[in-house]
Amino acid sequence: MLQDKDRIFTNLYGLQDWRLEAAKKRGAWNGTRDILAMGPDWIIQQIKESGLRGRGGAGFPTGLKWSFMPKQVGERPHYLVVNADESEPGTCKDRDIMRHDPHLLIEGCLVASFAMKAHVCYIYIRGEYVDERERLQAAIDEAYAAGLIGKNACVSGWDFDVYVHHGAGAYICGEETALLESLEGKKGQPRLKPPFPAGAGLYGCPTTVNNVESIAVAPTIIRRGADWFRRFGRENNHGTKIFCISGHVERPCNVEEEMSIPLRKLIETHCGGVRGGWDNLKAVIPGGSSVPLIPKEICDDVLMDFDALRDVKSGLGTAAVIVMDKSTDIVRAISRISYFYKHESCGQCTPCREGTGWMWRVLERMAEGNARTEEIDHLLDVAGQVEGHTICALGDAAAWPVQGLIRHFRHEIEERINRYRADRPHVAVPENLPESVAAE
Amino acid sequence: MSDTRVIKVNGREIEVPASLTLLQACELAGEEIPRFCYHERLSVAGNCRMCLIEVKGGPPKPVASCAQNVRDLRPGPDGAPPELFTNTPMVKKAREGVMEFLLINHPLDCPICDQGGECDLQDQAMAYGRDGSRYSENKRAVEEKYMGPLIKTIMTRCIQCTRCVRFATEIAGVDDLGLVNRGEDAEITTYLEKAIESELTGNLIDICPVGALTSRPYAFNARPWELTKTETIDVMDAVGSNIRVDVRGREVMRILPRVHEDVNEEWISDKTRFIWDGLKRQRLDTPYIRENGKLRPARWDEALSLVAEKLKTTPADKIAAVVGDLVPTEAVKALKDLMTALGTPHMDCRQDGAPLGIGVSGAERASYLFNTGIAGLERADAIVLVGTNPRIEAALVNARIRKAWLANINLKIGLVGEAANLTYDYEHLGDGPQTLAELAAGRGAFFETLKNAERPVVIIGMGAIARPDGLAVLAEAAKLAEAVGATREDWNGFNILHTAAARVGALDLRFLPGESGKDFAGILKAAQDRELEVVYNLGADEIDPAKWGGVFMIYQGHHGDAGARAADVILPGAAYTEQNGIYVNTEGRAQIAFRAHFPYGEAREDWAIVRALSERVGKTLPYDDLFALRQAMIADAPSLGRIDQGPEEGAPIDLSKVGKAGDLSPAPFRSPVRDFYFTNAIARASKTMAECSAVMMRAHRMAAE
Repeated sequence: MLQDKDRIFTNLYGLQDWRLEAAKKRGAWNGTRDILAMGPDWIIQQIKESGLRGRGGAGFPTGLKWSFMPKQVGERPHYLVVNADESEPGTCKDRDIMRHDPHLLIEGCLVASFAMKAHVCYIYIRGEYVDERERLQAAIDEAYAAGLIGKNACVSGWDFDVYVHHGAGAYICGEETALLESLEGKKGQPRLKPPFPAGAGLYGCPTTVNNVESIAVAPTIIRRGADWFRRFGRENNHGTKIFCISGHVERPCNVEEEMSIPLRKLIETHCGGVRGGWDNLKAVIPGGSSVPLIPKEICDDVLMDFDALRDVKSGLGTAAVIVMDKSTDIVRAISRISYFYKHESCGQCTPCREGTGWMWRVLERMAEGNARTEEIDHLLDVAGQVEGHTICALGDAAAWPVQGLIRHFRHEIEERINRYRADRPHVAVPENLPESVAAE
Repeated sequence: MSDTRVIKVNGREIEVPASLTLLQACELAGEEIPRFCYHERLSVAGNCRMCLIEVKGGPPKPVASCAQNVRDLRPGPDGAPPELFTNTPMVKKAREGVMEFLLINHPLDCPICDQGGECDLQDQAMAYGRDGSRYSENKRAVEEKYMGPLIKTIMTRCIQCTRCVRFATEIAGVDDLGLVNRGEDAEITTYLEKAIESELTGNLIDICPVGALTSRPYAFNARPWELTKTETIDVMDAVGSNIRVDVRGREVMRILPRVHEDVNEEWISDKTRFIWDGLKRQRLDTPYIRENGKLRPARWDEALSLVAEKLKTTPADKIAAVVGDLVPTEAVKALKDLMTALGTPHMDCRQDGAPLGIGVSGAERASYLFNTGIAGLERADAIVLVGTNPRIEAALVNARIRKAWLANINLKIGLVGEAANLTYDYEHLGDGPQTLAELAAGRGAFFETLKNAERPVVIIGMGAIARPDGLAVLAEAAKLAEAVGATREDWNGFNILHTAAARVGALDLRFLPGESGKDFAGILKAAQDRELEVVYNLGADEIDPAKWGGVFMIYQGHHGDAGARAADVILPGAAYTEQNGIYVNTEGRAQIAFRAHFPYGEAREDWAIVRALSERVGKTLPYDDLFALRQAMIADAPSLGRIDQGPEEGAPIDLSKVGKAGDLSPAPFRSPVRDFYFTNAIARASKTMAECSAVMMRAHRMAAE
């Protein structure tokens, strides 16, 4: 269990003041100038050695991502863009960082921008986060006033500006290239990759897009050393991480913990356990609504890190743990998630535009039981036709929960269908089906 | 193109340029890749996902082949060439999946859809789709959108490929179209439900892979398989767009573009496309003779006898002949030969009075051609437009300028003349001859731009020279071209942008005033002053009938328009879809138009009428068929025999001899085309054009206010 001395976000709960003075007492902005004096390559090397993997969901090594930026600034300026469009259902970690520890983020912006030779950083904040934006802006103003950023930031000789851009509340704008489009003033629709943002991103210039948490932890990692950060978690899954636990637990919370903590321990230590005891657990969505759920049998001993969850065909995602006890109507729950993806699909590419609505409609019927058993296989097939066929990962995100449901709770759907049929013996097959299908 | 890569497609090795997309590379290897959103001439959207293929060694998911370059392929282990597959189970499954998604919300209304039979979705569903549907939910319905008088929308059929949006923004240069809402609710719309303000909107119909955007005038008229297709040439402007005329019986049902990279690429203007209903109205299908001030139908024998009598009894210098804008060269040649045989020098083909083809260098083709070539514009790095609005005078030349402007950020464009929305940025230098003279004298920043340009282009429109001081303006323009070095061995940037399809051909045949002959203005004046007795009018319809005075007019043409109104005898001719003929476009490119169907009623081919007449007059022309006529014509003007040859290379002309210095009037240049939709007799007979004009001109007036 993570000790208090090893926490990066020491004001995660807002018990102390968020302002600059208080933040400084907690260690923010301490020796930033010295960090910058070590030079960009050293900073990137430190982050690489720390083993930090991106905290936005995909878990791409942050240091490696930074090193993709061109080594020299050419004709086009470099940009850092911070993805604060935290919209994944269940996730609320970035929000608390921006509310209660905004200076860690701003300092991180400076360090990361310096490492990537960017003079300008944009923070794209979710449309619904109004207070958070105001808080963050106030913190930025403080930092400007204190000379920490702006011209000759921290007396390092490096000019650095931060702009906060308020989104309009579309989930898809959390996808990095859609975010860039939105930032450019266009409709938030993902771009084709390649080219990747490191080659041609914001306004066609080399750009790195990072999650708030990835950026906010960077200065502390460098201050305390890569080795310190590496101490936590298993090989390849190092560091500390904010977990957002919600759902059927006694005390839902955000908590910073070390990586690779067993799920059961996480829930029982910080949340007072599952409502009605561990045996009342039905399933957990371990990483935000887009990853496949895992049933209790797996939850019993799974570790919370990227690789362990990948091995059980789920994912760490944003580490938003959604706990569902036995009272949960699991089909209805996934159907609701499916509705979310149908609602948030940008409509650009075919599989996602058409597939999300299809999956949702079938799930709605399945939640009632008004379906045929073979439709479960159809649904799985449709999910497979969406997954991996789209421009961005929203298609995958829409397909995975459905696949997870069918993988682990197929029997429940079947039961429901049978029960529905049993009550209505006259329901043979739904109407309007072509004969070829009805005959299958 | 030296940068090539070796790749393997379905196990076959092939070397392709690294800049190609995987889709193009696969096509080179002979593999067909289905696609909806991808279009060679538009930016890549990659959103239909139909072109998915498998790339070996990549992530275990298919790749959109339209959106990835060969350059980005990673070589296999030990430097083995990257491998692509288009026939694996993964690809088959992916295509079936995408096709199923496209069809779940697509109405099954093929039997009543105008796209039926030429629908990409239909074809590809057959080739790559599943056999049945597993979708039992309700289908989505989308409200129709108003997109103007030419485009009919059935938006439920839309598959959101966004080709139309990209065409409108990229090629047509208007941002009237867009995709609104998201997810399932995404819709293509004109936002405010107004007509798309472009003269290229018809191309949206071709571009749309399904039946969402179809032709409104053609709606429910025919099926593609019942139409006879004739590949021919358009005459609505001097671009010479390559078209295909689809005919059922004796009716032109529609007109479509053909691909010609150097002329119209694969676009045509709305006038070219939707003119066809004009071909059925106001037609002259029988000879007429005016008696007691009224025209009465007559027989050919009667009409020809009357005309022959008139020509025989009138002194030669009291006879004049004029040629209009839509006439094929063969008819021009025949009429010229007849007039020469009669001995009259009064001939002219320049209805608008542009002083081309005359003067010291008038006989040199380069003095009246679009020498750079339409495709050549893409290489230009500075363009000055003089007295022209190419958007309405030659929409596809304008599209080409826009293409060049989009591709080359350093391309500078200047305009002397009326300011207008040309769909690209330009510097408005001034509106009249004075500005041009200043430029020609080497003053002004734009002169430096042109001078410093490697390949400067001067485009002179009819608005600049079809006016009393035209010769002087032409001289100034030539001076400017010379001063900026627009002509040299390897580059000719001196361009005349014609507006009449028949003009260059007639100039090539030198249908011009002979020794002491009168030009067009002279002929009109002489007619007013009763110095002329007979005018042979071959399709000249742009002259106010009142201006002909009391002259005896023989009108030969196909539409009852201005010319017929002034006529004393009407000899019904054939329109451009009804006779074979050679037309020369503004570049000097001779192209053959073919007959799509026979002329209406008693109407005959133009050259044949003149030939028949010549026999009655006693000056029988020495050719009995079109072949012999063409041989004689090519002997006169060899350029007419060089079919489909673009601008000639070679020694540049001496620009100092073009035009004649003189006084410049202060009047600003004004484009001769006041209404894009009404520029010739056929267009004026077309209901569709009238509707377009009403809608578009209203929009223009509103914009002006």
